[in-house]
Amino acid sequence: MATTALHPAVPAYRSGLYEWITTTDHKKIGILYVVNSLLFFFIAGLLALGVRAELAQPKVQFFAPDVYNQLFTMHGTVMIFLFIIPILAGFANYVVPLQIGAPDMALPRINALSFWMLPLGGILMFTGFATGGAAAEGWTGYSPLAQRAYSGTGTDLWDVGLVLIGTSSILGAVNFLTTIFKMRAPGLTMFRLPILVWTVLVTSVLVLMATPVFTSALIMLFIDRNYGGHFFDPATGGNAILWQNVFWFYSHPAVYVMVLPAMGMVSEILPVFSRKPLFGYKAFVFATAGIGALGFSVWAHHMFTTGAVFLPFFSLMTFLIAVPTGVKMFNWIATLFRGQLIFATPMLFALGFLTMFLIGGINGAFSAAVPVDFALHDTYWVVAHLHYVLFGGSVFGMFAGLYYWFPKMTGRLLNEALGKLHFVLMFIGFNLTFFPMHMLGLAGMPRRVADYSANAGWSDLNLLASIGGFTIAASMLPFLWNVMLSLRNGEIAGDDPWEANTLEWATTSPPPPYNFDHLPEIRSERPLFDLRHAGAAHSALPAKYAETHS
Amino acid sequence: MTASGHALTTEHSPVAGLAHDTRGGISNPILGMLLFITSEVMFFAGLFGAYFTVRASTNPWPPGPEQVGEGMAEKFNLHADPYLAALLTVVLVTSSFTCQLAIWAIRKNDRRGLVRGIAVTLILGILFLIGQAYDYSQLGFGLTDGTFGTTFFTLTGFHGAHVLGGTIMLSVILYRAMAGQFSARHHDAVEATSIYWHFVDVVWIALFSTLYIL
Ligand code: HEM
Ligand SMILES: [Cu+2]
Repeated sequence: MATTALHPAVPAYRSGLYEWITTTDHKKIGILYVVNSLLFFFIAGLLALGVRAELAQPKVQFFAPDVYNQLFTMHGTVMIFLFIIPILAGFANYVVPLQIGAPDMALPRINALSFWMLPLGGILMFTGFATGGAAAEGWTGYSPLAQRAYSGTGTDLWDVGLVLIGTSSILGAVNFLTTIFKMRAPGLTMFRLPILVWTVLVTSVLVLMATPVFTSALIMLFIDRNYGGHFFDPATGGNAILWQNVFWFYSHPAVYVMVLPAMGMVSEILPVFSRKPLFGYKAFVFATAGIGALGFSVWAHHMFTTGAVFLPFFSLMTFLIAVPTGVKMFNWIATLFRGQLIFATPMLFALGFLTMFLIGGINGAFSAAVPVDFALHDTYWVVAHLHYVLFGGSVFGMFAGLYYWFPKMTGRLLNEALGKLHFVLMFIGFNLTFFPMHMLGLAGMPRRVADYSANAGWSDLNLLASIGGFTIAASMLPFLWNVMLSLRNGEIAGDDPWEANTLEWATTSPPPPYNFDHLPEIRSERPLFDLRHAGAAHSALPAKYAETHS
Repeated sequence: MTASGHALTTEHSPVAGLAHDTRGGISNPILGMLLFITSEVMFFAGLFGAYFTVRASTNPWPPGPEQVGEGMAEKFNLHADPYLAALLTVVLVTSSFTCQLAIWAIRKNDRRGLVRGIAVTLILGILFLIGQAYDYSQLGFGLTDGTFGTTFFTLTGFHGAHVLGGTIMLSVILYRAMAGQFSARHHDAVEATSIYWHFVDVVWIALFSTLYIL
C-alpha cells in the first residue's frame, strides 16, 4: 500500500477564517470553489422549485409571469455560470496539481483572484432582485428583450456579473494550462497524464478561446443599454442575430466546458471501480481534442430557425460532433466490460452519468436534424435535452467526483448508505422530472412560459415533472446530512481508500500544504498501480476491494 | 521510511519547484502572459466580428449622405483624413521598438539601458493616449451616431483602454527597474510586459488598417 512518509506538524485545515480568505493554496481554493458553487447550486435549485411549483398546474398560482421570467432566467444563469462551470473548475483546482505531482498551481495568486471574482459576480447578479427585478430574458439574453426598453437594472447587473465570472474562468484557464504544461512531475509525459488532466486541458483551451468572445458580447450589450450603442437592437439599426452569433460562438463550446471535466472525473472513477485500466486511453484523448476542435463549428445549431444560418453545414457538423462523444461511450463501456465492478457510491453516480448522458446525446442528435429541430426548437424537448446532458451528465459526474475525492479533501469517507440513498432519490427524481419533458416538447409545449392551457393535455405530465423536481430536492437532504455527519465521524480514509491509480492518492488525506514529500517513479498513466504491483508483476490477480476497504 | 522534515513551505519540500526548474524553457509568468494574450486576441476577434457583420450589412460603408446626411457622411469618411491616426501608428510602432531595446538591454544585464528603453516607451504610450483623446475631440461624431459611431468608438476605445493598461504596467516596470530589481536572470515581468505591449501595438495596426485604409 502506498503511504507517504509525511506527517505535517500543523493540521492542514484547521486554520481560521483569515487563512481561508487569504489562501493561495490550490487545495483550499479548490474547496472554496466547491463550497461556493454548492451554495449557488442550492439557491438556483430553489428557483427551479419555484418554476416547478408554478407549472405543476395550469393557470398562474404562485408567480406572476414577470416574476416567473426572473426565476427561470436566474435559475439557468446561476446553474451554468455559478454552479456547473466553477464547481468543475474547483475539483480541477484541487485535483490537477496533485495528479501531476506539483506543489501548487503555476500562478497561485491569480488562482485566488479567479476564485474571489465568483462570489462577487454572483452577489452582483442577485442584487438585481432588489433593484426592481433581476434579469428576465432567459440565460441566453437575446435582444431586443435584453435591451433597455424591456429590462431594467437587473440586466445590467447580470451583464457585469457575467463579465466578472467570465474573467474568472479565463484566468483559471491560463492557470490550468500553465500548470499542466510546466509543472508536471519528472516522468509524467503528456501521454501519461491522467484523463481528468487531459479533459481540463482541452476545457481550458475552450475557455481561453470562447469566453473572451462572450465577454465582448456582454460589453457590447452593456454599451447598447447604457451608452446608446447600436449593436443588437434592430429598432435602432442594430442586428439581433449578431448577439445570437457571438453568444452561441461562446455558449456551444461552453457546453463542453460544462461536461468535459465531468467526463474526465468519470473516466478516473470507472477504471478504479472496475479494477481495470481505462479502455483506449489514446482514443479518449483524441476524442476529447476532437470535441474541443469541432465544438467551435456547431454554434448555429441553436439558430436553425432564425433563417440566417447555413443549415447543411451546421447540421452536418453537429452530427459529426456526436462521433467523438460516441467514441467515449465505447471507452467507458469497454472499461466496464468484464471488470470486477464495485458498486460504491462514486461508481453509482458514474454509471448514472453514463446512462443519462447517453440519453442526452441521443435526443441532442435528434435536434441536430434541421427539419426535426424546426418542430422542436423552443419547446420542452430542448429543456429535456439540456437537462439530460447537464444534469444527467455533468451533475451526476460531479457528484461521482465529490464522493470520490471527499476522502482526499477531508480525510474521511462519506457514508455509503446515505450516499446510495442520495443516488437513488436523485436518479428517480431526475428521470421523473425530465423524461416527461420529451413528451411535452413533442406535444408542442413551449419553454419559458409561466402558464399553459388546461385543455392542452399537458397537465398530468407537468404534475409528474413537478413531483420529480421536489424529489430531487429531497435527495439533497441525505447528501447534506451525510456531509455533516462524515466530516465529524466519517470513517478515516487513509491515503488511498479506493486503491486508485493516480498520484493524488500517493500523499496523505488531506495532503500537506505543498502536497508531496516524495513522489513515486512515474512510468505509466497509473503510477500507483505500478507501485502496488512493483515486484509482483507475475501475480495477475488484482487486489480485492474488500481486502483494503471496510 | 519516515522523513524527518515537515514539508510546510515550498523551500522545505524536496519536490517543490523541481518540476519546472529542471524542465527549463519558457517561464511560468511568460507562458501565462502568452495564454492571456490569446484570450485577448479572441476578445478583439469578437469586437472585430461585430464590426465586420455590421459593415457587411451596411451599404455603402461608411454610410453615405443619403443615409446619414451630408455633414455626418463627411465626418464618417475617415479615409479622407487618416493623417493623425497614421502619426499615432508611427508613435506606437516606435514604442514597440524602444520596448524591445529595453528587453535586449536587460538580457545583457544593462540596467540603465532597461530604464532608458522603458521610460521612452512609456512616454510614447502616453503620447499615443493624448493623441487619441485629441482625435476623439476632433472627429465630430460620437458613440451614439449610428452603427458606424458605435463600432468605431467601441473598437478604438477598447484598444485605448488596453494601451492605458499597458502604460500602467510599464510604469510599474519602470519603478522596479529604477529600484534595480531586474537582472539578466530575473526579468520575467519585463518580458511579459513587453509581450503585452507588442500585442497592443499589433491590435492597433489591425485597427488602423481596418478603419482608415480598408
Ligand atoms: C451529442 C451531442 C449533442 C448534440 C448533437 C446536441 C445538439 C443540440 C441542438 C441541435 C440544440 C438546439 C436545440 C434547439 O434549441 O432547437 C441543443 C441545445 C442545447 N444543448 Fe446540446 N447537443 C449535444 C450535446 C450537448 C452537451 C454535451 C451539452 C452540455 C453539457 C449540451 C447542452 C445544450 C444546451 C444547454 C442547449 C440549450 C440551450 C438553450 O437554448 O437554452 N448539448 N443541443
Ligand atoms: Cu450547442
